[in-house]
Amino acid sequence: MNDDTPVLSIRGLTLALPEGADRDCAVEAVSYDVARGEIMCVVGESGSGKSMAANAVMGLLPKGVRATAGEVLFDGQDLLRLSEKQHRRLRGLRIGMIFQEPMTALNPLMRVGAQIAEVFEAHGKFTSKERQARALALLEEVGIPQPDRAIRAYPFQLSGGQRQRVMIAMALALEPELLIADEPTTALDVTTQAQILALIRDLQRRRGMAVMFITHDFGVVAEIASRVCVMRHGRVVELGSAAEVLRQPRHEYTRALLEAIPSNVIPAARGGDRQQPLLEVNRLSKTFRSRGGLFKPAREVLALDDVSFTLAPGETVGIVGESGSGKSTLGRCVVRLERPDSGSLRLAGTDLSALRGDALRRERHRVQMIFQDPYASLNPRHRVGYAIAQGPMANGVPRARAMRQAEELLELVGLGAVAVDRYPHEFSGGQRQRIGIARALALNPQLIVADEAVSALDVSIQAQVLELLEELKQKLSLSLLFITHDLRVAAQICDTIIVMQNGRIVEQGTAQEVFLRPTEAYTKQLLDAIPGRAHEAALA
Amino acid sequence: MSFFARFAQNRGALVGLVILLAIVLMAILAPLLYPDSPWRMVQRPFLPPLELEGFPLGTDTMGRDVAAGLMHGAWVSLLIGLVSTAVALLIGVPLGAVAGYYGGLIDDALMRFTEFFQTIPNFALAIVLVAIMQPSVVSIVLAIAIVSWPPVARLVRAEFMSLRHREYVEAARLVGQTHRTIILRQILPNTLSPIIVLASLMVATAILLESALSFLGLGDPNVMSWGYMIGAARTVIRQAWWLSFFPGVAILLTVLALNLVGEGLDDALNPKLARERS
Amino acid sequence: MLYARLIAMRLLKAVVVLFLIVIFNFVLIQLAPGDPAAILAGEAGATDEEFLRQLRERFGLDQPMYVQLWRYVSGIATLDFGWSYRQGMPVLDLILARLPATLLLTGTAFVLSLALGIVLGSMAAARVKRPSGSIIMALALVFYATPLFWVALMAVVLFSVYLGWLPAYGMYTVGAGLSGLALVLDVAKHLVLPATTLALFFMAIYTRMTRASMLEASQQDFVKTARAKGLSPRVIQRRHVLRNALLPIITLAGLQAGQMVGGAILTETVFAWPGIGRLMFEALQQRDYNLLLGIFFFSAALVIVFNILTDLVYRLTDPRIKEAA
Repeated sequence: MNDDTPVLSIRGLTLALPEGADRDCAVEAVSYDVARGEIMCVVGESGSGKSMAANAVMGLLPKGVRATAGEVLFDGQDLLRLSEKQHRRLRGLRIGMIFQEPMTALNPLMRVGAQIAEVFEAHGKFTSKERQARALALLEEVGIPQPDRAIRAYPFQLSGGQRQRVMIAMALALEPELLIADEPTTALDVTTQAQILALIRDLQRRRGMAVMFITHDFGVVAEIASRVCVMRHGRVVELGSAAEVLRQPRHEYTRALLEAIPSNVIPAARGGDRQQPLLEVNRLSKTFRSRGGLFKPAREVLALDDVSFTLAPGETVGIVGESGSGKSTLGRCVVRLERPDSGSLRLAGTDLSALRGDALRRERHRVQMIFQDPYASLNPRHRVGYAIAQGPMANGVPRARAMRQAEELLELVGLGAVAVDRYPHEFSGGQRQRIGIARALALNPQLIVADEAVSALDVSIQAQVLELLEELKQKLSLSLLFITHDLRVAAQICDTIIVMQNGRIVEQGTAQEVFLRPTEAYTKQLLDAIPGRAHEAALA
Repeated sequence: MSFFARFAQNRGALVGLVILLAIVLMAILAPLLYPDSPWRMVQRPFLPPLELEGFPLGTDTMGRDVAAGLMHGAWVSLLIGLVSTAVALLIGVPLGAVAGYYGGLIDDALMRFTEFFQTIPNFALAIVLVAIMQPSVVSIVLAIAIVSWPPVARLVRAEFMSLRHREYVEAARLVGQTHRTIILRQILPNTLSPIIVLASLMVATAILLESALSFLGLGDPNVMSWGYMIGAARTVIRQAWWLSFFPGVAILLTVLALNLVGEGLDDALNPKLARERS
Repeated sequence: MLYARLIAMRLLKAVVVLFLIVIFNFVLIQLAPGDPAAILAGEAGATDEEFLRQLRERFGLDQPMYVQLWRYVSGIATLDFGWSYRQGMPVLDLILARLPATLLLTGTAFVLSLALGIVLGSMAAARVKRPSGSIIMALALVFYATPLFWVALMAVVLFSVYLGWLPAYGMYTVGAGLSGLALVLDVAKHLVLPATTLALFFMAIYTRMTRASMLEASQQDFVKTARAKGLSPRVIQRRHVLRNALLPIITLAGLQAGQMVGGAILTETVFAWPGIGRLMFEALQQRDYNLLLGIFFFSAALVIVFNILTDLVYRLTDPRIKEAA
């Protein structure tokens, strides 16, 4: 075997789905190689079948899915023809794998060290003392702070990023030739994501192993890939070196995906009269208290710490920050799903923070919200028309008129009036998000809060929904408070940006100021952590 | 796929449904086939089954027709099972809904109350209640309802807690709907499937409880029930095993059928779960 | 140290619950149709006016309600459960004499049912979709649906009357005057039928729970991780699936304790096992309400103690709680 032979070679692989699934094959006639010492990125949106081939390589296909054609060559043998026992001998020893969810991928009842040592045990290597020593060395190698303590820790005592490092340590324990990483950074914050990506790249170079990296994020691809394989509906649409695919995408779908990455082209600030702001948030604070039990002292989390800003009529203010920064709490306080502990919240003169009970209920129509999860934001038992009309109806509009309005709104968001009589489950995620927007518009609110409104959508759909919002902004001169963790999305739609960390505002300014001339170290750090920045800079 | 088609995919559930219908039929036909009181002595005592035409299951210690008792007992078992479950739902659903929706101190108070009832051994409580209220259909129904509502309250509370922060519920709050509307129109309809499944299993448990109470001599002295028939024949088990055997089989089949139907309902109402389980 | 505090808190909670049960008992006596004095006397002297008058005085039934309540509560606080006029003995002595038999029976049945249930449940979980797995679950369903007292009677018919293998009644052979090992064996022989019939129903419950819990645990992400390590299915089942599946079963087993008491009342009645369940049946037949309420209080106390024990076991097993302490 010479160095030109790929480590893994997938040839014409077809995986059949069980009957009753929404399509016949998870993947169809898929072929690609993973060469020695390269990082092969398999990219696609959800449902593209990008993870399925990896599961076939590992012999971990979900129940009911089976290979009907093709071969998967690894070290000269076809993995599809291995018995379960033969396959097991390869797993962990010669092929390692890491998964998306670090929070659930480790056994909660076993110490970290024991879980790493298990890899050696599974393949009958070393004495138990050596196993512990090697586990310790591995933890050190993946950069866990205080490895001698971490080895005795239970998973719940580690952060998400640390757990993902433990997963990597486990996957690399026996120095496999091939590492499969299935969306390993999707569940992490941007800064943690950047660190884990750097770690994987670094380990890959040091050990010269091949990596099959599965992701939905072209930013990550630009950051890490040597070669790229783009998948859609179970087929490979484009395959080539990272440079080729990113710079001269040949397939129209790849181009669409790449264009859908919100770029750093930042619009000039628009927006109205700062002298008479629509929303005045003044010294808002909110503390969450978890009640203490016998063993837990009561915990206090300062979610909002003295937050002040204003929003002018017709303006879009973006609140950006990592999870735990308090940005969602801020949004929930503005719509009054939470009550702030102190501070005021004036909407066109009315202090919403002081209202309670029925008085609050009567004012609620003035601020509406677009929610994150298109699958949870619509009641599965209500028809779409009714879902939109119930707002006006709760505020005294007669049913017939509210339903007519609902039809007009569905028309406006591009779904057509026929949608009124259908149930939410008949719509895709993007379409449901349009319904959610129509519902928010139904009450003619003065302000709309969008909480991670496009985060749950695939990039191509994301772009369409953002376009719709932009269009509605122009048409209806909406005022928008746009909350997101994704700086690229914020750059595209916001006039003003507020950066939050640990419940405080770190920096605020126009989008151009914040993105192009950030003054705070934390903002710079966030911007640097955006995957694909280098690529975009190179393109510019 | 229609509701019934999904239900029928579970073969056990179909069998259960057939048995259950047969027992319902028994209960309906009892007054037609055996218009006389099942307490009436009609033959010599201790008549073994199949010995005499017209008495396929024989007679008991007092010469009463076992077959007549069995048919009339079906009526009592089903009635007490259904009514006591309905009463338990009337207590448990509102309690659980309020606790789960409002949370906080209301929830704390209601859950301590529920926990208290769950800590007390429920059969012992039922015995004490019936014994002191004096055995009657009403006291038995009340006692069974009082010992069986806590699981309903806990289930409904858990469902409400997980649904009250669902985005569509928050959206309903934001458009200005009242708590009442939100509880009744947004959340409650989405909790019905698990409640229906639980209720079908509760009817089964209630029938078991009723039979155990009657077995101990705490049945309504005016109605014939399966548990009473077994209890009355307990002391003569060496001479006449069939007196205890047939009513026991009747209870077993009814409870089994209700459990099978419950599982089928679960599959039909939660199709996703059913697929994962198989 | 923290465990001491935990136990102290749980005991405090237990005292509150027991206090509420005492109040509950008191209210029941007040609400019951008829003369409370007659109820306390077990209607022993319903015709004897003089006797009832003495009782009223003794229990202060002619006093205002709060005085009565105080007397009742303080009586029970000093372990005075009153007098059983039917049996002519203090209620407490009657119960304490019968308690060991009940503990032996329920303890044996609990261990038996839990062990069998976990074994059968994990077997059924490993054999989903296979006939052997379905047979286990069908059996579990049948035992779950069978009235306990009826199984007990049928066991008597089959194993004592028909086959003559095992004794049907009592705890030891009356008048045999056995001692030492012979006595132990004799009791064990008498224990087989009651313990097994009581265990069957709970075995069915634990089997179903274990299977459901195992299937749920095997869906977890960490099981896929374990497979990716190249571990054998056997190790994965035992070390990853079963260990995670057992935690919820500990809690659920604790919740079954109350049911166990109910089961004991029925089995002891059928097998004439001299425990508090049988005593409760006797109290019922003789309308000895004071004894009945005393047993009720005691059975609740038993359940609470058992719940505290399972709670402690749970906390010792789950590192997420242990380390937090």
